Amino acid sequence: MDDVTPSLAAAPEADRSLDLDAAYRDSQVGEVLAKVDRELVGLVPVKTRIREIAHLLLIDKLRARVGLAAQPPPLHMSFTGRPGTGKTTVATRMAEILHRLGYVRRGHLVTATRDDLVGQYIGHTAPKTKEVLKKAAGGVLFIDEAYYLYKPENERDYGAEAIEILLQAMENQRDDIVVIFAGYKDRMETFFASNPGLRSRVASHIDFPDYTADELRTIAQMMLTALNYELDPGAERALGEYIERRMHQPQFANARSVRNALDRARLRQATRLFEHGGLVTPEQLKTIEESDIRKSRIFSAS
Amino acid sequence: MRLTQGTFSYLPDLSDEQITKQIQYALENGWPISIEYTDDPHPRNTYWEMWALPMFDVHDAAPIMDELAKAREAHPDEYIKIEAYDARLGRQTTALSFIVNRPRREPGFRVERQGRADRQMGYSLHPYAADRPRGERYKGANGLPWTT
Repeated sequence: MDDVTPSLAAAPEADRSLDLDAAYRDSQVGEVLAKVDRELVGLVPVKTRIREIAHLLLIDKLRARVGLAAQPPPLHMSFTGRPGTGKTTVATRMAEILHRLGYVRRGHLVTATRDDLVGQYIGHTAPKTKEVLKKAAGGVLFIDEAYYLYKPENERDYGAEAIEILLQAMENQRDDIVVIFAGYKDRMETFFASNPGLRSRVASHIDFPDYTADELRTIAQMMLTALNYELDPGAERALGEYIERRMHQPQFANARSVRNALDRARLRQATRLFEHGGLVTPEQLKTIEESDIRKSRIFSAS
Repeated sequence: MRLTQGTFSYLPDLSDEQITKQIQYALENGWPISIEYTDDPHPRNTYWEMWALPMFDVHDAAPIMDELAKAREAHPDEYIKIEAYDARLGRQTTALSFIVNRPRREPGFRVERQGRADRQMGYSLHPYAADRPRGERYKGANGLPWTT
């Protein structure tokens, strides 16, 4: 469509110097970046990359205004990292950034996995994938665990068909859709290696590092504050120990594991209050005690 | 005779850009869009054929315009309309409906008089196009589509 980016279509204002700060303010991208900083603990390399991408996109807009840009920058991305490192959250913010800079028209995020894209019999895949692409048009399509799309061991798998349609959409409807592929780093690498067409169209690869124990403690505090809970000093110590132990266990999913642990602690707190019975003070309702956390299986295992 | 049905029907035909804006307006109101077509122009013909399924969860007009282009290609000489459905409780009805494609030649309607019992007269509306079977209604005498 022609009316996607009016500023791109406008007559070039050649020979005029442009106010970079004003353009940055007008785009309101700063707000989104600040929100990312506020909402997400740690993840410094990710934040830096997002900032860089936002700057590049803004500069490209300005270049277009003075008639310098030849073609829109490639926008498709790949987010790699272990579960619970904030990939989906960052993708939502990325959609907002792209929308504010005028690269996508709506700025919504549609999450899809293999199930949403690949059909079960011949001729089922194409309509399914196209359906998802329709829903994501004008926004960002976030494909979680993208490597499941491609199953080299089964040559009759329909995943390849979905990839093909995705590729077409990524190529033809540049203004319509931005695709973000997400998943574990090593598996994404094999995925891209076996799909060179995809690799060449995905411009930015962002790796999400695991959180450190300190960062996870901060995340836990933020989650509890949002839920109006407090830890007493003993519980705080216990939580620290809990995180240290949990990190070295299999199936550790970073922030998600912390959230689950807190949910279980809330459950135990509720049970404890019930068993105690009688009157409860607001203070008691708010406080998670050491025992609520110490009762976890993590501590009994050793 | 130009068929006037639905919204905007007394205006000149909408351009694609105007259609896009109307669709976007409907989507922003949360009304899913569907495309329907027919070659029976009778005003009481409420059962138009569906062009694929209604498009739920779509946020942008572009994919709908793509579908419309496909529908126009498949049925160039038929009526095509855009329907926006408001599913809210208490409304649950078509919120916006307008024609976006029409045959190149629209022959119009004739009034038919019917003598009934006791010298009463009945009147009905008959589209000239409906004299021919489906699929051939908007073709010239030689069976080919009208060229003008």
